[in-house]
Order: sequence, then C-alpha cells, then structure tokens
Amino acid sequence: MRPMSEDDLSDLVRDAPGALRIRGGGTRGVGNPVRGEVLETDGLTGITLYEPGALTLVAKAGTPLAEVEAALAQENQRLAFEPMDMRALLGAEGAPSVGGMVAANASGPRRVQAGACRDSLIGVRFVDGAGRIVKNGGRVMKNVTGYDLVKLMAGSWGTLGVLTECSFKLLPVPETEATLLSGPLEPEVAVALMSQALGTPFEVNGAARSEDGRVALRIEGFAKQVAYRRTALIAALEGTWDTVDAEESRAHWQAVRDVTGFAGREGDVWRISVRPSDAPGIVARAGCPVQMDWGGGLIWALAPEGTDLRARLGAFRGHATLIRASEATRAAISAFQPEAAPLAAIAQGLRAKFDPRGVLNPGLMG
Amino acid sequence: MEMPLPNAAVIGKRDRVVARLAPLVAADALITDEAERRAYECDALTAYRCIPLAVVLPSTTEEVSAILRVCHEEGVPVVPRGSGTSLAGGALPTEDSVILGVARLRDVLEVNYDDRFIRVQSGMTNLSVTDAVEGDGFFYAPDPSSQLACAIAGNIAMNSGGAHCLKYGVTTNNLLGVTLVLMDGTIIEIGGAHLDAAGYDLLGLVCGSEGQLGVVTEATLRILPKPEGARPVLMGFDSNEVAGACVSDIIKAGVLPVAIEFMDRPCIRACEDFAKAGYPDCEALLIVEVEGSEAEIDEQLGLIKQIAHRHNPVELRESQSEAESKKIWLGRKSAFGAMGQIADYMCLDGTIPVSSLPFVLRRIGEMSREFGLGVANVFHAGDGNMHPLILYDANKPGDLELCEAFGAEILKLCVEAGGCLTGEHGVGIEKRDLMNVQFAPADLEAQMKVKDVFDPNWLLNPAKVFPLESSAARRAA
Repeated sequence: MRPMSEDDLSDLVRDAPGALRIRGGGTRGVGNPVRGEVLETDGLTGITLYEPGALTLVAKAGTPLAEVEAALAQENQRLAFEPMDMRALLGAEGAPSVGGMVAANASGPRRVQAGACRDSLIGVRFVDGAGRIVKNGGRVMKNVTGYDLVKLMAGSWGTLGVLTECSFKLLPVPETEATLLSGPLEPEVAVALMSQALGTPFEVNGAARSEDGRVALRIEGFAKQVAYRRTALIAALEGTWDTVDAEESRAHWQAVRDVTGFAGREGDVWRISVRPSDAPGIVARAGCPVQMDWGGGLIWALAPEGTDLRARLGAFRGHATLIRASEATRAAISAFQPEAAPLAAIAQGLRAKFDPRGVLNPGLMG
Repeated sequence: MEMPLPNAAVIGKRDRVVARLAPLVAADALITDEAERRAYECDALTAYRCIPLAVVLPSTTEEVSAILRVCHEEGVPVVPRGSGTSLAGGALPTEDSVILGVARLRDVLEVNYDDRFIRVQSGMTNLSVTDAVEGDGFFYAPDPSSQLACAIAGNIAMNSGGAHCLKYGVTTNNLLGVTLVLMDGTIIEIGGAHLDAAGYDLLGLVCGSEGQLGVVTEATLRILPKPEGARPVLMGFDSNEVAGACVSDIIKAGVLPVAIEFMDRPCIRACEDFAKAGYPDCEALLIVEVEGSEAEIDEQLGLIKQIAHRHNPVELRESQSEAESKKIWLGRKSAFGAMGQIADYMCLDGTIPVSSLPFVLRRIGEMSREFGLGVANVFHAGDGNMHPLILYDANKPGDLELCEAFGAEILKLCVEAGGCLTGEHGVGIEKRDLMNVQFAPADLEAQMKVKDVFDPNWLLNPAKVFPLESSAARRAA
C-alpha cells in the first residue's frame, strides 16, 4: 500500500483488514519482527515550509532526509541532533525518511549538548490506528498548548500512529569544528576524561571512545572560538591530545554516529543507555567489543550472535536495545528492554487507545 | 471563567475524607480550618478564587501515594500545587477538591557532576536548584521569571521556559527522570540519569500535562557547566518591523544568542521609569545576549552589531560592566512589576512564527484602539513567544470582561498567524475554552485519551486544559 495523501492514508488504515508494517525509507529495521501488509509512506513527500529566519522546517513524513539536509545546507542550517544513518550498520538499502528518523528518535553524538530528535521536533501530524488524523504541536519552538503528543510520537516506532508531517526547530551550522583525539585509554579513564570535558564551559558537543580506546572530543564555533576552546580544553584536561581539523573531524563523527566500526562484522549489535559513570562496569560485564558515545552514556556492543546481553549485564540503571540480529534471535530476544509492570501497563493502555485494533506495527515494541 | 458545578456528594462527605486523610500525614500537614484554607484559594491568576475542601502537604512520596489512594477511593478530585505561581489558573481549586501541595518536598537527593545531573524533590524552587550547584560551576537552565518562587513540580507541570531557552531549551529538554504518583497511588519511575528513557516517551507526556496525569514528587534534572561569561547589547529601533527584521537577520547569520528580548514603547517607558536601566526612548528595543569568553563575546557581538547597523538603529549600546548588564536585565525582568504600577494588567503568552512578528504587532495595535485598552509588548523574540500585557482598570465595571475578550482575540490572532495559545504559561483555566481555536475535536480527543490511561476517573485537576464541554462526559463518568 502506498497512499499519496494523508486522506488516502487515513482511509487505508481505517479499512485495513489486518496488521500493517509501516515503512518509511526502510533503513531502520529495528524491533521485534512484525508480520503484516507493508504500508509505505514515500508517497507523502515534500518540504511544506522552510523559514530560515525562524529556524523552522516542516516536511511530509515520507520526504527523504537527504532532500531536507540539502535544503538546509543551502541556508547553512541543520538538524542539530545529528541523526544516525543506519544503512551501513544494518546493511540496508534505501533512503532514510523524515518520518522514519522521528519514529526511531534517531539522535547522534551531538545529543549530549543539542538534545535528541524529540527535542528538536516541534510538531507532528499523524494517522492513528483507527484512521483518525491528529495534529499536535505546531511550527513554533515554544508551545505548551495541551499535551505534548509530539514527544510521544518520537521513538514510538510507528506503533501509535503513522506520521504524515513533522516540524523541526533548526540550528545554524557553526563556521568550523575541531576534534581532540587521545591515545588508547581504558574505559574508566576514558569516561572520567569525557565527563571532565563535558563539565567545562567549552561546549564540547561530541565525546566518544572508539573500539580502539581512543577518546574523541568535538568543539564547534567560529574559527577563533574553536582555536580558543581547543587550547583551553587541552589545558583543562590531562594527557596528550592530537587535534584534527574540520574535514577529518566531520569524517570521524560520521563514523561514530553511524557505528560503521561494527558494519559488516559478525555478531549482534546492542545499544545500551546508561549513566556515564556506570559505563565502565557495564562494558566489563558485556565482555565484547564496544564503542562509547555520549560521554559514556551510550554504549554500542558487538555481542556474539544469539547472546542475551541483558542476562549477561544483570540489573542496571538504564536499558539495552537489540539493534541488529538474525531473524531467529530477534524472534527469541525482545528488541526493547522489558519495562516495570506499571510502565508496561501504561504503554499497553496507550496502544489500546491510539490503535484499538492493534494494526500498527503490532508487537514491534513488545 | 466558568467552572463546573462542585459535586455535592463529595462536599457532603468532607468530614469522612478529612478523617481518612488525617492519619496519613503530620498533624500540621492537613489544613481544614477555613481561614487557613483560604490561603490556597487561588494561584497567580488572582481574578479567580475558590476555597478547597481541604489542603494536604505531604513530606514523602509514600504520603503522596497514600493521600491519592484515599482520594481515588472516595472519588474526590485532587488539584496538585507547586508554589502557586501559575498565571493560567493551573492550581485553582474547586469547592469539592483537595489541594495536594508539594511545598514540604524540598530536599536535594543527589548531585552528580560526573554525570551532570541533580535529583531533587519537586517542591524545591527553580532558583534553589541552581543555587545548589552554582558554587561548583553548574546551573539548571530553564529560568522562568518567577524562578525565585516557582517549584520544580510546577515547572514540570507547565513545561516552563524562560528568557534563555533559545539556546538551552525549556523544561522538557532538561528533564531526565521523574518519580510520578498516579491517582490510584501507584508510584512509578520514568527515566533516570541516563539521557534517553526507555519505551514510549512518557517523560515528554508528563512534562506539560498540567498536573493531570500524576503528581511528580522527585525529578532528575540535567545540569550544565556555567558559561565563562555573558554580555548583553541594547538596540533601539524606530519601528517594530525593523526590530523584527533585525531579529530574523541575526538568527540567519549563524550566531546563536542565548537570549533575544523585545520591548515596545509603552513597555520601554514603564521599565525605564522603574529600573533606570538607561533604555533609549524609541519604538522598539532589543536586548541580545551572548555567552563565552571575553574574546568570544567580542567576536559574536561584533557580528551582531554589524547586522544591527544595517537596520539603522537609533541606539546601539554594548554593556560595559557587570553592573550595567545587571541593570539592563533588571529592567526587562521587572517589566511585569513596572506595568503593575501603572495599571491592572492581564499577561498573555501566545507564540507566533518569528516572521509574522511585524504583522501581529501591527494588528495588536489596531485592536488596542478598537477595544479602547492599552497594550504593552514584551517578549522572547528569538523563539516568537509573546507576552502582550493588556492594561485595564479592575475597579471599572466591565473592564475585566473587555480585557478578557481582547485577550482572546489576540490569542486567536496568534493561532491564525501559525502560532499557538500558550508558549510557556500553560492552558489552565485561562485558555481552556480557546483550545477549540487551535485544535480540531480529534486533536483534543487524542490528548484526552492519554488522560484516560493515566487517570481513568478524571480526578486529577479535572476542570483544566480541555474545554469544559469537551471533557464533560469524562468528568461526569
């Protein structure tokens, strides 16, 4: 099914005889396996509004992300949350879409400073499981009118509604950037350094540790500002640091963002969200290759195929998501961390209200 | 403003409800005396008042849970209250409701600079959170004007903003976790000190839900390292249009000021008389502030001044000292107080796309003449959040009603221009019946379904946010 308008989509969902698999660009195949007829959103495309002077962009959900990014580049603006492109990691074809990015709440290294996708998302339109068209939020960045269903839709993986249009708050692209790189460091030392860097006033907006143990810290701004911040940051931190300039810096962070280090390698990929100071302990318990982002708050782990990493980690403050695994493993291990009973009851209650017939990506999140 | 008729059956069993609540909290934490209850009859929207059935001031999450469970069993509506600074009537009681105040939940529970968060009880004031970490070089970013008094619980309920959210975002962007007590007494933990909470974004739902989904007793908040310094520049223009165009050009140029504040002539005058901040005599004034080291500030302000020059400012003055910066901000922050010395006023809170600023200001001017009531405009220009202050005389019969009608027209104008009814104050009772202007029935229905999930009996702050006729069937059920 490939509706060409929001109204068509509404009719299709309302009349759907059974389960639907919602598909944007088809590049983020995450979650428990879903059976059902494929509903594609790539018939709903186009940037409907772009006001650079108001830092606002509105686009239909099926719009390729590349089209949005190209339009923003013309005005030297960007989506500040640095959405991950999962194609390399998942070996997926296709073009990431605006709606898919929002449904996944895809947020990259800059999340530590600029927030997640949900923080830049200021409005949505969607069709719920009964075919009702709902709008929430709008195109202004300060809006507390009614409940914030905008946030609810971000990261709901198409299980509460099919997005048809999304509005974003944008930010200007800084003049330049630079990255400090350390030598190989143990996780404890790396996390301590990243915490220290993120605690300085120099607006470090990327703090990651690669699989080889090297820590990278990114700073952005006007050229003179970046030069100043680099010097000030090095003075504030222990150890010796190499600096790489804009072009190399961008390449480094794209690799961090897309976790390309695990692309094409054997094993399952897990994404673990923790408080940074707990990260070294988690990494030790995981006992497999890891990459850290968000100052240690986000761990990407490459575990042997079929491993229930949650069982290996035991109880911890945070959650683990199975991102890449074989069909068999995904059928056996829940993609999303099972929730405490009262939270699971609320999630179930929301699904029952927004998708009473259970037709939208049923079972994807549990 | 219409409120639903109180439930006579609930009022009839007041003694029994009070008797069941009494053993749950300390003796002085249950207020039943009429004179003492009167202190809770309104919030900062003082035009509307009502004495509640009783007031409880629990000291722990467990007490909150026990109180809510009793009220749930007895079918008694509960109105949660932070510090009572809502400008929208968010904490306005009804005669048949129990006020649950979080004022005694005031402890810092955990400060962690490595992981950059603070966990607090929700009755702490906004400013006291920053006070707790400031000595170590950190701060809590959302800074509503009422920050000295307002509670974190209320900030979360209304998703409060402030002058600096162009750069740092509002409450929802700085909230990592909450302990939430549902109406049936269930205690749940959402999120934590990690950056992204698991599952559906319930944190995002709770933030800004105006105390209708649960009572927040603890919050984990993101704290940020303080910038090395900050400095404002004052710019005067001879028309609102030019000032609006200047704002847009600054934003487009790639500088991200931490705040861009706008005042029009009536407001400039009142603030100048009040604070003697050296504001120029002009039609429109911008205060633009940037942060960083001295050199960084110089560079950014240099660029901003270049842009301003293209718009022929009548005044362009960079603050030369810490004292001058303070004075410039004092003028802006005392805008409401300064206007209050001139007349009674009603403060609006609509947001508009920045690009429609000149149009909206011109229309407000025309409407001001039509209604025969003065308006002063002060607002956060960078994000389009307007605070028109409509001046009226509370002692003049009919003036309040006229003012309300004018306010409603301005908010409708904001929606027509592509904006919204409220940018940071919340809907409360004040904008409840205007929700139909911004939302179609299906939009409101989707929101009310969320409340159905969290509070199926509609007992928490029930007569707020949604138009009374839209929520009537649910409240009666």
